[in-house]
Amino acid sequence: MSGFFKSSIGRKVAMALSAFFLMFFLLQHFAINMLSVFSPDTFNEVSHFMGTNPLVQFALQPVLIFGVVFHFIMGFILELKNKKANGVNYAKNNGAANSSWMSRNMIWSGVAILAFVVLHFIDFWFPEINTKFIQGDWSGTMDGVEGFRYYEELVHKFSNPARVVAYVIAFVFLALHLMHGFTSAFQSMGSTAGRKQTLQNIGKAYSIIIPLGFVVIALYHFFNH
Amino acid sequence: MNLTLKIWRQKDSSSKGQMVDYKVTDISEHMSFLEMMDVLNEQLVNTGEEPVAFDHDCREGICGMCSMYINGEAHGPDRGITTCQLHMRMFKDGDTITIEPFRAAAFPVIKDLVVDRTSFERIQQAGGFISVNTSGNTQDANSIPISKIAADEAMDAATCIGCGACVATCKNSSAMLFVGAKVSQYALLPQGRVEATERVQNMVAQMDLEGFGNCTNTGACEVECPKGISLDNIARMNRELMKASV
Amino acid sequence: MALDSRVPKGPIKDKWTDYKNKINLVNPANKRHIDVIVVGTGLAGGSAAATLAELGYNVKAFAYQDSPRRAHSIAAQGGINAAKNYQGDGDSTYRLFYDTVKGGDYRSREANVYRLAEVSANIIDQCVAQGVPFARDYGGLLDNRSFGGVLVSRTFYAKGQTGQQLLLGAYSAMNRQIARGKIEMFNRHEMLDVVKVDGKARGIIARNLITGEIERHSAHAVVVATGGYGNVYFLSTNAMGSNVTAAWKIHKKGAYFANPCYTQIHPTCIPRSGDYQSKLTLMSESLRNDGRIWVPKNMEDVMAIREGRKKPTDLSEDERDYYLERRYPAFGNLVPRDVASRAAKERCDAGYGVNATGEAVYLDFAAAFDRYGTEQAKIHNITNPSKEKIKELGQEIVKAKYGNLFQMYEKIIDQNPYETPMMIYPAVHYTMGGVWVDYNLMTTVPGLYCIGEANFSDHGANRLGASALMQGLADGYFVLPYTIGDYLADDIRTGPISTDSKEFEEAEKEVKDKIEFFVNNKGTKSVDYFHKKLGKVMWDKCGMSRNAQGLKEAMVEIKAIREEFWKEVSVPGSSNEMNPELEKAGRVADFLELGELFAKDALVREESCGGHFREESAELDGPQKGEAKRNDKDFAFVSAWEFKGEPGDAVLHKEELEFKDIELKQRSYK
Repeated sequence: MSGFFKSSIGRKVAMALSAFFLMFFLLQHFAINMLSVFSPDTFNEVSHFMGTNPLVQFALQPVLIFGVVFHFIMGFILELKNKKANGVNYAKNNGAANSSWMSRNMIWSGVAILAFVVLHFIDFWFPEINTKFIQGDWSGTMDGVEGFRYYEELVHKFSNPARVVAYVIAFVFLALHLMHGFTSAFQSMGSTAGRKQTLQNIGKAYSIIIPLGFVVIALYHFFNH
Repeated sequence: MNLTLKIWRQKDSSSKGQMVDYKVTDISEHMSFLEMMDVLNEQLVNTGEEPVAFDHDCREGICGMCSMYINGEAHGPDRGITTCQLHMRMFKDGDTITIEPFRAAAFPVIKDLVVDRTSFERIQQAGGFISVNTSGNTQDANSIPISKIAADEAMDAATCIGCGACVATCKNSSAMLFVGAKVSQYALLPQGRVEATERVQNMVAQMDLEGFGNCTNTGACEVECPKGISLDNIARMNRELMKASV
Repeated sequence: MALDSRVPKGPIKDKWTDYKNKINLVNPANKRHIDVIVVGTGLAGGSAAATLAELGYNVKAFAYQDSPRRAHSIAAQGGINAAKNYQGDGDSTYRLFYDTVKGGDYRSREANVYRLAEVSANIIDQCVAQGVPFARDYGGLLDNRSFGGVLVSRTFYAKGQTGQQLLLGAYSAMNRQIARGKIEMFNRHEMLDVVKVDGKARGIIARNLITGEIERHSAHAVVVATGGYGNVYFLSTNAMGSNVTAAWKIHKKGAYFANPCYTQIHPTCIPRSGDYQSKLTLMSESLRNDGRIWVPKNMEDVMAIREGRKKPTDLSEDERDYYLERRYPAFGNLVPRDVASRAAKERCDAGYGVNATGEAVYLDFAAAFDRYGTEQAKIHNITNPSKEKIKELGQEIVKAKYGNLFQMYEKIIDQNPYETPMMIYPAVHYTMGGVWVDYNLMTTVPGLYCIGEANFSDHGANRLGASALMQGLADGYFVLPYTIGDYLADDIRTGPISTDSKEFEEAEKEVKDKIEFFVNNKGTKSVDYFHKKLGKVMWDKCGMSRNAQGLKEAMVEIKAIREEFWKEVSVPGSSNEMNPELEKAGRVADFLELGELFAKDALVREESCGGHFREESAELDGPQKGEAKRNDKDFAFVSAWEFKGEPGDAVLHKEELEFKDIELKQRSYK
């Protein structure tokens, strides 16, 4: 089995597995964030649960971090290997004739998403880690805010137009990445389901609705406050 | 029609190559692309220049020898064909046509537009066969019924001509469509199941060793494949390798 | 030297079995010490190399292409015959034997053909075991189709790519042996001469086509499986690289060349469109199962079609001349190839050709659409289907059968054959003639074998459809590997053959001198110029019909072209690099010699038989008026030519053909 993950196919299967995991994560992240639009209280409740539940914090969170880091690093490694396999470049190459822009530029949409992830970590994750693990404050409250602090923090972040613009751009890239990645992951796993119309439609819906939803949430808070 | 050709010229594998411009005139739209190349070469021979070396043989789209990258596409702008089946009616008077060899680290240039595809040979030698004695004393051909669907699917995979357009067109120079087709043909037939595990492992290992890139499912290979080999074959190979590895 | 065919005694159906039981064998331990060179890796060479290696010999295989899989066997479309009688329509070994001898117009060697029919069934078993995906019916059993010239369905097929699939099967068997180290494969190598030591074939001189290096290779026996010489016509359905060089070189070293004039002109090819044409494309003969061939009855319609005023679909049934159905009611569109080709030529010569060059007839599928469509409508319970619906249903069936051929046609001609009839015209396709071999497939040079299309043995004066693949694989898988043992049994103590002998040195020098001549001869004309010129003489004077005067002229003209070639040919580039023009020059030089012998052979054979039609030898009256007339009294022999310095000086040796198991009859497909 260890030999398998050293093979080219094993590596792409690993990419697909991490992709599935990340897509699932994205879905739940999206669901929780959506709550902020409909019910700040529920949003706070769920956020607090996720932020303080030991299973989430000490089991799922490391897995997620590993998944994210793995997906990025493996993506870059494969890209470098693939570049090496190319040899001399064509003087004229008409990639658009046979494949989608998204499929040919996963590395660039990936890089854009990575930039976003860095920003996102600076915005939310590092402060959270700081509060909880360095300051040791697991209460989920903050001075001057009634009840939990999560909703307030969210709203605060989206008051800055520059950040909102950055978010919107990042989610466009995420959508592009998913447009190819969603069905591609099935193919890599050896399933031809991703080539069937049904799953292609689901993939399209997923890769548009989720990023669009995130954008809507950001814009909602920006304009609402 | 009159055309300008930009063609990759390279003396041998150790020399540096470059694009060189040529002009051809009075090309008929009914000519095949290679007949147009013949006209150019005849012109070059008559002026004492070395003609452009290119691979070709059957000129009916089945031997898999011809291998040009024309205007940025393997086997040129038409679909479901090899370069020898490309006709000049796909071009217009005054066009400039860029002609390059198939590019991949595993397909080094031998001369001009001729590339070395023996990496494909070694992949097939690694397991692209059923280990049956050639004595003819096997069981009667009808003793293993094979469903028409499986036989047809195996046939579809087996129509691969090994031209390498999939590799040339892939942004990663991946050979997975080629290998996937071969693995699939045997995996789909009961005769091939016996050695399925070793076959897929050995062929994939050799493919990796030859320096082909990985598949990122862009699907470009399937579009450019002269025989329309389906991407499903890559999925099947992935499945076979997973099965073989657990 | 008298020709000895070495046909074993005894009743025909026991010959092969008895013979195999008695011939010498080489024991497995000794096979390891014996080397065999196989030149050419098509169906015959590929299957022979694989089987010899499996038996334990050390095999060196040579191909001019970059992979054995690219040999021109790959282009065979229709199918492979085998006397399996899976359809229960009365097929048998004898019937396949009979059909092949009759189809070959009684000019083949009975014993060889019977053996071919006998092993044919093994081929199918073998290929299925190898994973060749033959077409199957819904019950999961193998499907068959019928082919020209026979009355049973015995043709196995894999869509329109049977040759490809069979070659890939042989190639996979080779790969297995290459991986085991039993075959050493030399891709992009061309054999340029055979080396004889003490009268026996002991090696070859080959050129590495990448580096230009001239190499010596030794072996205890040499097998030539380099295919036919149809490219002597310049335009043919052969691959661009197909050549006679290996066969011609061994001829010059003592192997007799048999029946060079027997050429098959295939009736269903895509017509020529202009002078730039580099090759012709075949459409499988299987199309004649469902297509009907016709030209307009009236000259006005011919003109109207040529000028674009009318479309073929505008013509009503009575305005069409289905000339094959008219002339040959029993076989109709399924007459053998030579008959169908001549009939097309007859109509076109009479002025009824339907394209601009006047050399095309229609192959029409409208009736098949209708027939299949009606059948499908019944199957799907469609009551009162519209004409369009029937056509649509019928087209689906035709598409499933011949889709790739229709697509190929459309790509080349730019017309949709589902909507308008195809245009076809005969083209040179296969050469029945070739190097003379005995029952063991050995040439007149000891230790030198010739198999597949390159030899002459099984098809007589005309080959039936789907028999080339059968012969190639029979020779390679099941005949040569056994018969070669009879010869090699004497070589178990010989030890390795040195390549340092003076024979190798001389042969190498000869090859090198010729190459140097080409690259240093600063002539004024390209190789293709001469090849086209030769091709025109061949087509005009040694084509579908021949006469004494034309053949005499051809001999003179070919000689003149050859002389001009050696003065004026221009080959750019050097000898020590990849140089396609140099490769072509060597091949055309040999075609220019073969062409003359071809004409000479056709001149000597003053009868019409199979693909060889002499205008002087036709039925003058009666129901067969105008049909070919064979002369069994004077010409029931194989012409085997011995080289004597110039092709025109070749000496004729006759192998008399005996027919003990089949009564000689004038072929009739009426």
